[in-house]
Amino acid sequence: MSTPLQQGTPAVATARVAAEPGGRRRRRSSSRSAAAYGMVAPAAVLLLLFLVIPVLLAFGLSFTNARLISPEPPRLVGADNFVRAFTADPTFLRSVLNTALFALVVVPVQAGLGLVMALLVNQKLRGVTAYRVIFFVPVVTSIVVVSILWKFLYQGDGLINSVINSLTFGAWDGMAWLNSTATALPAIIVLSIWQAVGFHMIIWLSGLQTIPEELYEAARMDGATPRQQFRNVTWPGLRPTMVFILVTITIAALGLFVQIDVMTQGGPVNATTTLVYHAVRRGYREQQVGYGAAISLIFFVLVLAVALVQRRLTRDKD
Amino acid sequence: MATVATRPPGSRRPLEPRGPHTARPAHAWRSYLLMTGLAVVFLFPLVFMFVSSFKPDAQILSDVDSPRAFLPVGDLSLQNYADVFDRVPVARFLVNSILVTVLIVGLGLVVNSMAGFALSRMQFRGRKILFTVIIATLIVPFETIAVPMVYWVSKLPTLVFEGFVLKYDFGWLNTYQVQIIPFVANAFSIFLFAQYFSTIPTSLDEAARIDGAGWFTIYRKIVAPLAGPAFATVAILTFLPAWNAYLWPLMTVQQETLRPVMVGMQYFFQLNTAWGEVMAYTSLITLPVLLVFLAFQRAFVSSIAASGVKG
Repeated sequence: MSTPLQQGTPAVATARVAAEPGGRRRRRSSSRSAAAYGMVAPAAVLLLLFLVIPVLLAFGLSFTNARLISPEPPRLVGADNFVRAFTADPTFLRSVLNTALFALVVVPVQAGLGLVMALLVNQKLRGVTAYRVIFFVPVVTSIVVVSILWKFLYQGDGLINSVINSLTFGAWDGMAWLNSTATALPAIIVLSIWQAVGFHMIIWLSGLQTIPEELYEAARMDGATPRQQFRNVTWPGLRPTMVFILVTITIAALGLFVQIDVMTQGGPVNATTTLVYHAVRRGYREQQVGYGAAISLIFFVLVLAVALVQRRLTRDKD
Repeated sequence: MATVATRPPGSRRPLEPRGPHTARPAHAWRSYLLMTGLAVVFLFPLVFMFVSSFKPDAQILSDVDSPRAFLPVGDLSLQNYADVFDRVPVARFLVNSILVTVLIVGLGLVVNSMAGFALSRMQFRGRKILFTVIIATLIVPFETIAVPMVYWVSKLPTLVFEGFVLKYDFGWLNTYQVQIIPFVANAFSIFLFAQYFSTIPTSLDEAARIDGAGWFTIYRKIVAPLAGPAFATVAILTFLPAWNAYLWPLMTVQQETLRPVMVGMQYFFQLNTAWGEVMAYTSLITLPVLLVFLAFQRAFVSSIAASGVKG
């Protein structure tokens, strides 16, 4: 019963679109081909120049000592960059650890909270659309704006401390959340979830609405409680949505950059440095493009692994 | 289930409430309580930002300890806004961002819909492989290629005017084109167009061919006008990242006159912790997007939904 379109990623649905060609091969197919190439060409050339070639460059450069601005041409250095990353660059290892920690917390919390919110706003209640819009507002707010704003909220004399202070009737002294190695990363986790969870609420919501109403009617006729309806109708129907959401959150979480760049620059003492932040620091700010490319490639391998796990999950369960 | 699945991306129903929980007053108040609590959490930072943008710095800091932080009370003025315009060429940043965003979205609609049209409705050698390659590129996050791409664009040839002479030069850094051209073609947009176009009957094409219409005419006069929702979805999905661009212009544009708003704000923020002015700047670039969102709230939400589950 499950159709390709419900399986989650665009990649899975390819087959469907590709299998429905415009029509049979006809006369004048050469002029048709020429016209088709003409229409595909602009997009194809741009994707080649700004996606395919950069990907190949990432591979190529990661085995060289290329620098951003250098009179000397890049020289092949074998796997030196990768050896350096794993043995001689503690900041890189710290970046991997922080990125993993961030993803480990953000993925389940953001997915779970998004689902709870979707269930709330999926009810037939008055004014529910207004809540939906409110929950979505941070998503359309730039993450740069959000990071700057929350930097103020997290200050020692900022809003968060004063709220905690009044909730505890003055027992709280306040702390500079972003200046402590213990709280900096958790603080960034909170604002990241705050900004993005509305997006995933909407995805969950559209998943909820692919579940036919008749299934709920049937379940009610069988006397199922709301809890049983959720477990036996809603949850199984949400599986493709769940896989999609987990994968998109994971990939986005692994790419954490803006919040770090605006709020902490990786500090204090590397407590918030991340893979992408480190790649930009080494590859762009310190101009070691070859080494930066190697770090980017390691990041890409992680993303690829996540995507492969997703493919496995969707294939096995169908 | 099949009817749900084959519905093209832009045309899905607006997300109407349905599901197991019908309105049951006994439980409704609990839902309202939860939702209102969440609404407060999602809104308080933004309300604080807008309200503070009208207050002097000293008052922002003293108001933090009371509910006045969220109320437009005390010494309100547009002084912070005036100061922002005095200190940095923020109008120039806004113009830059609008220019870049409009061109990315506009050119993207043309280029990607043409590609989607050819890939979904025309036969040609290499069609399947091309489609597969385009979809495969969706797995590459921009952050992976950002650093190598800076290196790449710094070596690309370009045309420049020197005086009145058109010259050939190398390096795209510090230009408008470096902010625009790499983001025009978009694999996901092509996919959405191809998917939508494939739901429009091909008999229309055949009939037009018999009347002597060329393929470009069929695309422009027949198929594109029927695909309004797909164009709206793609426009919305490409608008936000273009307006919010940060990492890329941060690395490729140092020249202040070419800077987009987000990077301009970060520089402003680094040099300056006058919070009132910072809040004025952030409000200034958030408000237009927020108003556009509220006006087209339905279209935004269904576009995001379209980008998700059904793939």
